Amino acid sequence: MSNNLSKEFNIRDYLREDLMPHFLCPGCGHGIALRALLQAVHELEISKDQLAIVSGIGCSGRVGAYIDANTFHVTHGRPLAFATGLALARPDLEVVVITGDGDSLAIGGNHLIHACRRNLKMTCMMLNNEVYGMTGGQASPTTSQTRYTTTSPKGSIEPVFDACKLAEAAGAGFVGREVTLQMPSLKNLLKKCLQYDGFSFLEVISDCTEIFGRKNQLGTSPEMILNQKSSMRPDSYGNIVDEPFRPNFMKTGVLALNERPEYSATYRQHVARQLKSKEKK
Amino acid sequence: MSIKYQNLQGNHACALGAIAAGCRFFAGYPITPSSEIAERMSLELPKHEGVFIQMEDEIASMGAILGASMGGVKAMTATSGPGFSLKQENIGYAAGAEIPCVIANVMRGGPSTGMPTRPAQSDLMQARWGSHGGHPLIVITPGSVREIFDETVRAFQLSEKIRTPVIVLYDEVLGHLVETLPLSGAAHKITERKWADESPETFMPYAETTDLIPPMPRPGDGYRTHTTGLTHAEDGFPTQNPETVVKAMKRMLDKFELHQSEIESYETVCCEDAEVLVMTVGISARAAKHAVKTARQEGIKAGLFRPITLWPFPEKAFKKIISKVKTVVVPEMNTGQLSLEMERLCPKKTKIKSINRIDGEAIAPKEILSLLQSVAKK
Repeated sequence: MSNNLSKEFNIRDYLREDLMPHFLCPGCGHGIALRALLQAVHELEISKDQLAIVSGIGCSGRVGAYIDANTFHVTHGRPLAFATGLALARPDLEVVVITGDGDSLAIGGNHLIHACRRNLKMTCMMLNNEVYGMTGGQASPTTSQTRYTTTSPKGSIEPVFDACKLAEAAGAGFVGREVTLQMPSLKNLLKKCLQYDGFSFLEVISDCTEIFGRKNQLGTSPEMILNQKSSMRPDSYGNIVDEPFRPNFMKTGVLALNERPEYSATYRQHVARQLKSKEKK
Repeated sequence: MSIKYQNLQGNHACALGAIAAGCRFFAGYPITPSSEIAERMSLELPKHEGVFIQMEDEIASMGAILGASMGGVKAMTATSGPGFSLKQENIGYAAGAEIPCVIANVMRGGPSTGMPTRPAQSDLMQARWGSHGGHPLIVITPGSVREIFDETVRAFQLSEKIRTPVIVLYDEVLGHLVETLPLSGAAHKITERKWADESPETFMPYAETTDLIPPMPRPGDGYRTHTTGLTHAEDGFPTQNPETVVKAMKRMLDKFELHQSEIESYETVCCEDAEVLVMTVGISARAAKHAVKTARQEGIKAGLFRPITLWPFPEKAFKKIISKVKTVVVPEMNTGQLSLEMERLCPKKTKIKSINRIDGEAIAPKEILSLLQSVAKK
């Protein structure tokens, strides 16, 4: 179905403008991730009618509603479970899950590892802002140690999840990570995710400036996002990073890429074989 | 023409009923005593080009069937007590977002892990009120293997038509009971969901239609709507405007009232002149029917009222019968759930006598009969 797209990317073609103004805080990185996703969708000429966005609960979960597509805002931690049913029942749809660090690593952790293992075609974009922003700034599984939150008033003492290592270990065919400062690279990584024939997982480091930043005195929004650059390899700026550029901290770019059988296709071949052998009998 | 017969287990009848109703997606998780439903579905669905998937947990199974249903495919899951508890949040989502789906719950002894291989009827209230927030849904309590098949078909018909989760609720005895059924070649009525076909520009996914059931937009058809568990307005987007909220909730609740005659289903045995009435469901109703027939032979004016659709309760039909009844006997395999409903519905003069078993054994006809006899003597 045609969407009457103009050739140049215009974000307004992809947004539900009547829902504006959006509810994200000033300086929040989620809008950058949203724009990167929409530009990737545009450049790959994915029809809005065929695009299905499934999101969970939290700030990340609310981002999906602004997209002019088939949008499903489901229960906390469960978008991957809903998306699994949707993608298996409707392989013609382009399924994208937008989730957060709490949504997919805490309450929905089981669904994440099994989605990685299964390798059903979909893109999972996890917006990691280190905090439960929607509920007022509680500690999440990615809150850095010593950071202050409303449930770690003296600094967090819990170890931090590395979502990408987890996804790769669980078998995800495509794993990537990017910071919101690297918008062109983020968009290109999302294109790779959308083109990958299997389950792709992308972690986006997205600043929570108003709640997490303020509480931890991390500076103004521009200062926070520019801080993302401080540990980057200079030549990687604006490009897809094939090699990790933060060797001692958080690696970004394409972190894992393996060709594995896509689950929906495998299932359908398996069924076809059963039907064929039945006919022979 | 000779009729062919087959021996069928209750859980297999549930699976075959689902297939006959057009179910083409099943997501489940192993749990006693319902696993045979998943096992049979894993055999049957591939034959019908459907999808079977064993998910990582009960919550995911419930999520997956809602994803499939939102994609336009008839979907179900099956579980038992502990798994039923885990599914409740997403059952509430299905009620709130009005996503058709069928959930079979084969009841076992509880609380908690309880007695996995023993029967109970202790989820009657959980089936109705298990999810948070005031939400409507339909609960069907079949009483035989044949009825599990037929009522699973009806569960899909109601679910698709009324856009609601439907729970098919029976106990372990019925789940594992094998009965001989005629193999019916008759095609079952497959209810096609009412799909949106108007212009996407003006389409409102939760509009107040005359039948109070808005047509569903199918992803890919150009509607690009929003579905959410947040309280939403007619356009599908979240709202907290008090008037809009009340209007949306009222339509959702009223649709059950409007279609009550289709939802309602019950069986009456010798109710016309009954002075002592047995009111129960499922396997206990089967024992009750035997007891009532024996009591009648002994000259006791006994009757049986058996809701097949338990929730919403067939209130009007019951109230017509109850006016002449002196005593209501309520046998149930729990500590007294249906008897609460009887206290609500019966006139004050009506005596309510309970028979409760919580030992993992089914209630025998003689237990009910002896109570009927003692009531008649007084």
